[in-house]
Amino acid sequence: MTPAIAQRPRDAAATRLIAHGAAERVRNVVSMTRRNLVHISREPMQLSDVTIQPVLFTVLFIYLFGGAIPIPGGGSYTDFILAGLLALNLTTSTMGTAVGLATDLHEGIIDRFRTLPMWRPAVLVGRSVADLLTACLCALVVAVTGLAVGWRTSAGPLRVVAGFALVLFFAYSLSWVAACVGLNSKSPESAASFGFIVLFPLAFVSNAMVPTQHMPGWLQAAADWNPVSAVTAAARQLWDNPNPSASIAAWPMQHPIEASLAWSVLILAVAAPLASRYFRRRTTE
Amino acid sequence: MADTMIEADGLFKSYGETRALAGVSFSVPAGSVLGLLGPNGAGKTTAVRILTTLARPDAGQAGVAGIDVLAHPAAVRRLIGVAAQDATLDGLLTGRQNLVLVGELSGMRTGQARTRAAGLLELFELADAADRVVKGYSGGMRRRLDLAASLLTRPPVLFLDEPTTGLDPVSRQRVWEVIRDLTGSGVTLLLTTQYLDEADALADRIVVVNHGQVIADGTPRELKERSRSAHVEVTLAEPGPEAAGVIAPLVGGQVSVSAHGLRLSAAVDSAPGLATALVRALDQAGMLVDNIEVRQPSLDDVFFALTGAQIPGDNNGSGAKGTSAGHAGPGASAAERESEGAQP
Repeated sequence: MTPAIAQRPRDAAATRLIAHGAAERVRNVVSMTRRNLVHISREPMQLSDVTIQPVLFTVLFIYLFGGAIPIPGGGSYTDFILAGLLALNLTTSTMGTAVGLATDLHEGIIDRFRTLPMWRPAVLVGRSVADLLTACLCALVVAVTGLAVGWRTSAGPLRVVAGFALVLFFAYSLSWVAACVGLNSKSPESAASFGFIVLFPLAFVSNAMVPTQHMPGWLQAAADWNPVSAVTAAARQLWDNPNPSASIAAWPMQHPIEASLAWSVLILAVAAPLASRYFRRRTTE
Repeated sequence: MADTMIEADGLFKSYGETRALAGVSFSVPAGSVLGLLGPNGAGKTTAVRILTTLARPDAGQAGVAGIDVLAHPAAVRRLIGVAAQDATLDGLLTGRQNLVLVGELSGMRTGQARTRAAGLLELFELADAADRVVKGYSGGMRRRLDLAASLLTRPPVLFLDEPTTGLDPVSRQRVWEVIRDLTGSGVTLLLTTQYLDEADALADRIVVVNHGQVIADGTPRELKERSRSAHVEVTLAEPGPEAAGVIAPLVGGQVSVSAHGLRLSAAVDSAPGLATALVRALDQAGMLVDNIEVRQPSLDDVFFALTGAQIPGDNNGSGAKGTSAGHAGPGASAAERESEGAQP
């Protein structure tokens, strides 16, 4: 009855209509990244968790707990805490990804994207790239604040950069977990609760703020296998900062660089495909 | 026959318990305008969502430019422009940034997108507001920007879902002009509307939907002729008791006579030459006719005749359009959104 509706795109021209070349994908991601950065520029308070919070945390932790927490194996608390502060701030800032995506899904704009011949995953990838850029800003703020309050490293520039890169890579992988949460949230508000329910315990039950040696046994085991601990210990090791976890027998504490890379790759490998599946499901009717 | 550019064939779609479409079929020949006309909740938006790859039907087929929408949605997206019923814009970007973003995501180069955006902002009289954040736009400005976004890549097939809902009369005329210009350039257009005069003014063919089904299909003229709702009114110079008997066979129905016997009126099929025939018959019977008026049915009459119900709130014909509660009320459109399930 409907000869007009043929399964036409068999010919080359039609296939070209469908395919997205690598260059087009990159352009789409750049466009979406720019859009998200414009959003941030409109509401700069969105950036408070990567600018004001790190400064506050750095000052609070160093002056409040600095004198009270002895570091097993010696060393200054300021040198010890900086990697931990970096991991803490970057971990909790991934909440922004969850909230941002949940917000997008509630805006009419998502229907516009869905009728455009764009490479769809650019919605997610653009978001994650924008969040990585704000994470870089966060890292810079932490480093500058740290230097101002006396953090020092004797490591060479390459090792210093490698330490930051490891933590940023971890934060990037974690932002895909946050994306999964945002894509399953009924509202931006419920996406925000992810931060308090998951991210804060994840960041605090670790060696980031305090050495794990003083924790009860079960908690210490959890902390030693927490990816945040591996990432923090890896940065401390690369920066030649005090790293009491080096004396702990758990495998990730003995091999923190390998462990943090493995965690990040694993999280990314699971969360990224899952997020694109959730995205497809959320946008199907 | 011209090539079919848009085709819906036996579309069924339910959202939960709500049946939005119950077997809707229509087709739009290349270069023509189809008006999909119906009240809130009739299924217009659902049909558009299916044809624009946003929703999948439970049954039936959809085609755009001969491409199966369900099998090859990505190919269809390269050919269509869509202005949805709820303006699909980014509130935190400026009008210009919105258009450039849409252009880039449609495969245009940034420079090309900027040039085109500037032209469209001018066309829709948004140039002054172009660099303001869309969140601060009025409803009418948003709709015009949304229309501009749908035209950005000069798509050969356009879907405009209630393009003038919520617009003031001046903006509405402006949008009509733009649509007329477009159709002159060979674009195929599917337009949904609740406004009968809009369908009458813009569409080559009209498909009337109600409760998820097509209840009529034809040119505006055919639809008017199909309904038996033309009206004739004769005023005599002097009361003529036998006048009703004279014209009854000609109008083929009941003739009502006014109290003084001066004025006669009847519902008629709009037939050519009816007025002449009536005057001649009355003249031969020795009666003088002061005035005779044959009123063509409006599409409102047609819609009433077809659905047995008036457009909600639109109760005084063509004079009330754009002002009645059923059109502009945010509550009404929210109800349709809900019943048609804008979000799964």
